[in-house]
Amino acid sequence: MNGDMSVIISGFGGQGALFAGILLCHAAVVEGKHTTWFPAYGAEMRGGAVNCSVNISDSDVPSPIIDEADAVIALNDASQEKFEHKVKSGGFMIINSSLSHLKTKRTDINYIKIPLNELAQKLTQPAFVNVIALGAFLEKTKILKIESVKEVMKEMAKTVSAKKAALLPNNLESIDFGANLIRQQMVTA
Amino acid sequence: MAKVLVKGNEAIAQAAINAGCHCYFGYPITPQSEIGEYMGKHMPELGRVFITAESELASINMVIGAGTTGTKAMTSSSSCGIALMQEALSAMCCAEVPGVIVSVMRGGPGLGNIAPAQGDYFQALKGGGNGDYKIIVLSPSTVQEAIDLTYRAFHLALKYRNPVMLLADGVLGQMMEPAEFGEYPYKDPDVSQWALDGANNRPARNIVSLHMPEGEMEMLTNRIFKKYEEVAKNETTYEDYLLSDAKLVLTAFGSVARVAKAAVKRARDNGMKVGLFRPVTLFPFPDKDLHDTAQKADMILDLELNKGQMLLDVRSAVFGACPVEFYGRPAGGLLTPDMIYNKITELYSKLENTQKAEAGVR
Repeated sequence: MNGDMSVIISGFGGQGALFAGILLCHAAVVEGKHTTWFPAYGAEMRGGAVNCSVNISDSDVPSPIIDEADAVIALNDASQEKFEHKVKSGGFMIINSSLSHLKTKRTDINYIKIPLNELAQKLTQPAFVNVIALGAFLEKTKILKIESVKEVMKEMAKTVSAKKAALLPNNLESIDFGANLIRQQMVTA
Repeated sequence: MAKVLVKGNEAIAQAAINAGCHCYFGYPITPQSEIGEYMGKHMPELGRVFITAESELASINMVIGAGTTGTKAMTSSSSCGIALMQEALSAMCCAEVPGVIVSVMRGGPGLGNIAPAQGDYFQALKGGGNGDYKIIVLSPSTVQEAIDLTYRAFHLALKYRNPVMLLADGVLGQMMEPAEFGEYPYKDPDVSQWALDGANNRPARNIVSLHMPEGEMEMLTNRIFKKYEEVAKNETTYEDYLLSDAKLVLTAFGSVARVAKAAVKRARDNGMKVGLFRPVTLFPFPDKDLHDTAQKADMILDLELNKGQMLLDVRSAVFGACPVEFYGRPAGGLLTPDMIYNKITELYSKLENTQKAEAGVR
């Protein structure tokens, strides 16, 4: 009921959970889809889990608030704990196994465990765990084209500071790498 | 113009700029601080006025100052900040000073919290200021509507020489969705007949809210209320979502209404005749239209993020035409599509059982 795809992206402040959601929404706009992005703002932004809810749909998205998500991307253990019950039955959860060693609790959803922080070390530094996870999410769901996200990144690079713009190649590498993990079945899905 | 992905607060700010807002005065408060931030960046670039005031009291009184000159001016704040502006809002209505006030509600009472809420319906509609007065209140439900209603707010403020409030909440302020700005669609009235623009040999003008001579204040109040009748006649707006055959009609405003829409869709998919009546203008409240809707319905369910405030206006409009139920959460608790859907199924099966029982009696 929340449109074609609903996803909650969560992590601790600084991991880029909110930004991954923004990239996703911009890419949805590139593809002419309807989308909403709603962040948890406030006290939880300092230290605890930051999260955003993203809807992508071919038709109008009435509610930006998600009861149960098709997918959850948990960039740390606190996020796994907080949102495991929010995954729709039959949905999936991407878990950053570098930062979460929690046991999984459900048998009616799929888990994709990716040691994001370790894997990020193999890429040109700095690499981005949020963007790697986003690449994996997109390859798994095919809800939007990876190319659309890359287009957004390139457009964004034109409007930000030179220092940030210089990180464009790293972002492009990270998203391809994330998609490849699923494509090459390098992680259990 | 293509759609862009934009945050509710920033959409309001950019729309105000497009509407020709020449002065922004404000004091930061979550969840609307992005409005001031955006204005702080862009107003000076355009050679317009941006002032971070020392308080909300100062902000709204600066709006009065600018408004008396016929200049488009605005302030924005949230719950406890808007509380401080009530005296000035009363004065603006009395002195007929235009101005736009954006209220992005957070949890209350008191300093409350910064979570989304709708506890300031009374504050906006029933006022904390003294005397007989009304401010025009517009309630956006989407980011697109936040833009469109910001345009409308600036126009109505000048058209009726009255403060206009855009009443949003933390959900709408903080969320992003694609929207289109377009151009400011209104032709604003000439202000030269009343604005304080320097007498320069014409007779002096006075814009005041103190009228001591016997009978003067009564006359003025009656005249202003004639104006409010005009506002009601010309400006009342609501959204009809699947109402034509609805047995159960939901009433909701702002962000709750869009969440309710998701629940209505699901109820329709499951064969329940449910619709949504969404007031876009809260003053003027679409009471006649709601009454007509209620006459065709079996029940109204009012949904709000508070303990039941619009509920009073809903009941007064329905005026016994059908029963009115309320479902809400105060002070930062959110209603989700599932919660609303569950409430719908509960009430809908009650309705059907009652009707079956009545049919049995016959």
